[in-house]
Amino acid sequence: MNGEFLTWQADQDQIILKAKGEWTLHYVPQIEAELQHLPSAKKLLWDLSEVKDFDSSGVLLFIEYLKRFQKQMQVEVVNYTPSQKEMYDLLREHMVADIPERKQSFLDEVGEATVETLHDIKDFITFLGHLFATFFYAFTHPRTIRFKETVYHIHQSGFNALVIIAMTSFLVGMVIAYQGAVELAKFGADIFIVDTVGISIVRELGPMITAIVIAGRSGSAYTAEIGAMKITEEIAAMRTMGFDPYNFLVLPRIFALMIALPLLIFFSDIIGILGGMVASEMVTGISYDQFISRLYEVLEVKHYILGMIKGPVFAFVIAAIGCFRGFQVSDNTESIGLHTTASVVNSIFMVIAFDALFSVIYTDLGL
Amino acid sequence: MKTVIRATGIVTRFGDRTIHDGVSLHIEENEIYGILGESGSGKSVLMKEMIMLLEPNAGKMEVLGRELGKISFEESQKLRREWGVLFQFGALYSSLTIAENIEVQLKEYTKLSKRMRDKLVRSKIALVGLDAHVGSLYPAELSGGMIKRAALARALAMEPRLLFLDEPTSGLDPVGARNFDKLIVELRDMLGITVVMITHDLDSIFNIVDRMAVLADKRVVAEGTIKDVLRSTHPFVEAFFKNEYTKEKFADKLKEGERDVQ
Repeated sequence: MNGEFLTWQADQDQIILKAKGEWTLHYVPQIEAELQHLPSAKKLLWDLSEVKDFDSSGVLLFIEYLKRFQKQMQVEVVNYTPSQKEMYDLLREHMVADIPERKQSFLDEVGEATVETLHDIKDFITFLGHLFATFFYAFTHPRTIRFKETVYHIHQSGFNALVIIAMTSFLVGMVIAYQGAVELAKFGADIFIVDTVGISIVRELGPMITAIVIAGRSGSAYTAEIGAMKITEEIAAMRTMGFDPYNFLVLPRIFALMIALPLLIFFSDIIGILGGMVASEMVTGISYDQFISRLYEVLEVKHYILGMIKGPVFAFVIAAIGCFRGFQVSDNTESIGLHTTASVVNSIFMVIAFDALFSVIYTDLGL
Repeated sequence: MKTVIRATGIVTRFGDRTIHDGVSLHIEENEIYGILGESGSGKSVLMKEMIMLLEPNAGKMEVLGRELGKISFEESQKLRREWGVLFQFGALYSSLTIAENIEVQLKEYTKLSKRMRDKLVRSKIALVGLDAHVGSLYPAELSGGMIKRAALARALAMEPRLLFLDEPTSGLDPVGARNFDKLIVELRDMLGITVVMITHDLDSIFNIVDRMAVLADKRVVAEGTIKDVLRSTHPFVEAFFKNEYTKEKFADKLKEGERDVQ
């Protein structure tokens, strides 16, 4: 038999096996395939003189098959170099036991996830406690409020979001008007499109769209920023210097969003109604003058106020969840991604849940 | 002796800032080669140029007989499998366990059976002196020294002929650092690999480095064995090797060097 890496001559008593070529990582699968064809005999003489090159994978393969052959027959290895012997000795002795697997049963996973969720809730309550303590301290000691950071975050999360808020609000306003106008036209009640657009945008859609965009834009940024600071131990450094992270990182973000979000909602209301006005004119031919005078009649100030009240609440929810998830980041890079996702998902859900709550309250109060 | 790496007239600029202005050096097979220099002298940049993470603005870089600026994509991919790199902070993939980190290239680039891969992983873990249970941990669960060892095991996974180490002993305790030095020498002797390391560690420099290049003033101001380097009168070499601390701690080694100079 004559292979690329092995040559052997076999008679009944003895096999002379010559290993040759490069016994290196790249060729190990081929060598192994050739080794498997070796017949059995009483004695095996394994000659290594023609091995040109070898590395630890080649030697490991040698060790494995040597053990296997030793069980079947008497084996003698000849013509090995000192360095081959050295590596053989080292690798034969140096091998850790099987690496334990980290397998979890379904029940384990469910249990772990449940406990984790409970921990999250507990941690969030602790976070809120800290936050309110810092809140009250800030109100009683207004000098400790970080005005510069607050203004910076108003600019980042508020002003810089104007374009995206304008585009989404305009499109949503148009869509509402389009959808509504077709149906209302069937009843000849075209003009009621103004009521539909005006009230739905100001009461519901303006605050909601703005909050969702900001949750995706700023909530995620807060988590990533604070999470990165946690990984680089900046937060630990702040603590050792006596800078309370709640006062330095969380409060400015929460104040900033609570100021910026109502302003953005106001902006979103105007642009949304504008979008509805443009679409109404296109579909039903209601002129801009007609639209605006009807708007004066039907859009009471209370609708505007009811919508605006939601602003600071949504802002608090988004900023608090964003910061909380940031603090939860542990010291690996994957964790930032996971917590940022969790932050956005949680805050969008909470915004919608709070919106539902507001609807119930408003209806009960007859507003 | 074969030359494994040859840099000729390397020039590197970042914007207006010149990092290297004609750096030339050569690294021989089977030696432990140190790259020294003050911080900001472009040691890491030079190493990044050797492993194709950066490209020099001018000059020629030959690694394992191939000129880096002129090779095709396929060739460069092949070359990347012939060396192992240990990054300063390990750079282990945080979503994989240590065993998976070591296995990842074997899985991607070879046709080895799962059983054989497993064996290789276990031998590498033993080689760098870690325990079996470490294999199933994630990098975030390891201490700094263990991360360095695990990262070295990963760098050795593809049986490289050439090993790049970025400050291998930084962040290790003195005992751990000396053990790591010993490990590097053992690996070199046994596997016949060439080791290129960036280091500030005087113990490593005096004890395990065969030859070295000192980077300062944007070029190599001294190259060779410790004796050759001590002959240089460049201010950085003077400050680094001939200060009170070094004089006291490595008196015998320095004397040997001086005797040879005379």
